[in-house]
Amino acid sequence: MITTDICIIGAGPVGLFAVFEAGLLKMRCHLIDALPQVGGQLSEIYPQKPIYDIPGYPEVKAQELVDNLMQQIAPFHPTFSLGERVDGLRKQDDGSYHVITSDGTVVHCQVVVIAGGLGSFEPRKPEIAGLEQFEGKGVSYMVKHPEQLRDKRVILAGGGDSALDWTLYLTDIAREVTLIHRGESFRGAPDSAEKVVELANEGRINLILQSNITSLHGNGHLKEVTITAKDKTVTSLPADYLIPLFGLTPKLGPIADWGLSIDKSAIEVNTHDYSTNVERIYAIGDINTYPGKLKLILCGFHEAALMCQSAFRYVYPSQKLSFKYTTVNGVHAF
Amino acid sequence: MIRFTIEDRTGDRQELEIPEGINLSLMEVLKASDYNILATCGGMALCATCHVQVLQGLEQLPGSNDAELDMLDTLPDADSDSRLACQLRVDETMEGAVFRIRGAEN
Repeated sequence: MITTDICIIGAGPVGLFAVFEAGLLKMRCHLIDALPQVGGQLSEIYPQKPIYDIPGYPEVKAQELVDNLMQQIAPFHPTFSLGERVDGLRKQDDGSYHVITSDGTVVHCQVVVIAGGLGSFEPRKPEIAGLEQFEGKGVSYMVKHPEQLRDKRVILAGGGDSALDWTLYLTDIAREVTLIHRGESFRGAPDSAEKVVELANEGRINLILQSNITSLHGNGHLKEVTITAKDKTVTSLPADYLIPLFGLTPKLGPIADWGLSIDKSAIEVNTHDYSTNVERIYAIGDINTYPGKLKLILCGFHEAALMCQSAFRYVYPSQKLSFKYTTVNGVHAF
Repeated sequence: MIRFTIEDRTGDRQELEIPEGINLSLMEVLKASDYNILATCGGMALCATCHVQVLQGLEQLPGSNDAELDMLDTLPDADSDSRLACQLRVDETMEGAVFRIRGAEN
């Protein structure tokens, strides 16, 4: 078990800066992020894009801002669980919390700060009758253990890069690979697209274009999928596994079930200190909402500072907080 | 004025009149007009929650860039007349167009 003062969910720019503000008040932080690296959207989606509205930087590249934030918080030695999604929250008798991740990591903390940005990116699910009923019983949204698919009949659905790449990869493993795509061609990496068409021409995979899967059938485990083509012809195909690959979409995930007050996928907070309706849980950055909310990094930085002033009383209940400028007091590493 | 029509998820149609030169995306206009769309990512073509189907006037609109096409590629319910409202500037190319809201409600 990891013990810390503040557990920050989300290691984007706002989560990272919260470590600095917490550090000034001698509070330690542990950060959890579903992505394998820090920086959130900035590093994952637009590392080379310039940002123009960070005070003091006329222009800064997204990744450069993340690197600078990491340097700024280094004196406070934050710890990280990266590539893990937060799954559970358990309140302890003394009011503190255990935060539990998808990998079973347990973080014991006095305060939970949700700095989750858009939320965690989860697989997008197509609308297919019976889909959820077969999840884990033949239907999965990612290939975790390719060996499980050896000598099985596997159907992949989707038209993006991951659908193409997995089709290529599984051709030599599965007994039969079928790729179903609603379009008539692939826009993905031309190399992979060409290879997929080649394999189809050689008869090594089934390629079904301009078609959608419309229903699933089976008795406890997936046995058959029904496919409807654009011209409305309906066919059925036997299948052991179906892997829909329709990209990722940002979702609040398990956080939505924590009893927090939520409006349009954002967490409602009190602008006094960015606290939620649940004691000791705060929400800062793009994931929160309040009258006048602006989804800007600089607003998230401000929210982080105010949040820390408020969280202090849970970490040091017997101490009085006195406000100090870094220019006067310096930055004291720990 | 630019006039185009929005069809909501219940099939109700409403004509919108937008002043020229407004410099907003269709997503921003839909939000400002109180249509129920999430637009989670704020216009970066990342979430596809502003997915619209162009029922009329598709050929008049400027083409999609790579980011939009990549996102549309991954959508299970997209078709050849699908666009992301956040990538469409409201201007005279929209005159007379009809858009149906498709993006997820939650």
